[in-house]
Amino acid sequence: MKKENIICYKKGIRHGIPIALGYLAVSFTLGIAAQNAGMTAFQATLTSLLVNASAGQYAGFTVIAAQGSYLEMAVMILIANARYLLMSCSLSQKLSGDFPFFHRLLVGFDVTDEIFGVSMAYPGRLNPFYTYGVMTAAAPGWALGTCLGVLCGSLLPANIVSALSVGLYGMFIAIIIPPARKSRIIAGLVVVSMLASFLFAKIPVFGFLSSGMRIIVLTVVISGAAAILFPIPDGEQA
Amino acid sequence: MEHNIYLYILIMAGVSYLIRVLPLTLIRKDISNRTIRSFLYYVPYVTLSVMTFPAILEATGSFYSGLAALLVGIVLAWCKRGLFQVAVFSCLTVLILELFL
Repeated sequence: MKKENIICYKKGIRHGIPIALGYLAVSFTLGIAAQNAGMTAFQATLTSLLVNASAGQYAGFTVIAAQGSYLEMAVMILIANARYLLMSCSLSQKLSGDFPFFHRLLVGFDVTDEIFGVSMAYPGRLNPFYTYGVMTAAAPGWALGTCLGVLCGSLLPANIVSALSVGLYGMFIAIIIPPARKSRIIAGLVVVSMLASFLFAKIPVFGFLSSGMRIIVLTVVISGAAAILFPIPDGEQA
Repeated sequence: MEHNIYLYILIMAGVSYLIRVLPLTLIRKDISNRTIRSFLYYVPYVTLSVMTFPAILEATGSFYSGLAALLVGIVLAWCKRGLFQVAVFSCLTVLILELFL
């Protein structure tokens, strides 16, 4: 292996360690959600190793808990992880062209908010070995936290579990609120989405929709309406 | 019908991987359609909002502690606290409140 690649890999590991620590805490609450959905530690850890997506896995566990259809699962993951589609588009421009094609297949395995963030901040074109380094540190943190969440979730007293189960929502809030502060449109969308979600959950007429389907339908309808009513200005990076 | 949990996991992994790898391998240019770009731009905010509320109210031992965690999270995130801090303080809010409820 070229010396430059090794240097990039090591740098990636260093940058990945704080990400791993954050993952450990967040995926612990994900493990609790997995356990609530009736999954074993092995199943939940396997999911974390293969999927690497907080909102996506949480959404998936909702479908599992409700024993939804496989199609519902596929659509659910597509919607909950749709933002990675955008990130991968940006990343494809950033990756150095000096590396063989199969590196694109590997880099794509672990595109997350955080790993995308540090990879895009890499100076110049991206050396894939840098991203591999970040993954090497971060991915085990994600899996280990999930595993501990399932195992210790059942040993912890009820009030601790109750407290930890809002951790994931806290993370979601931390993702949606800062952009809402900057953009009135996003702020309005957040309010409308929460209100609509509340109404759909409480009005018996919509009782035939499973919680997974509710998320999919509301996301497509509200985002679609917003895209038509408030198209983002050209050149704005999504 | 009984569903196989490993088939669920396989679908989760497969769809997630395709979402990430297809743009990296197929689309080398920026998406130019403004409506599609806008739709993709708004999707994460809407879907996370829908998943958070009202589910957070039912996640804890009491409706009020869930509501308090939501409000604390929003205020902290508004004050530009990081992901980790917002998550931890939401949890602490529930823990402290449920000592009294």
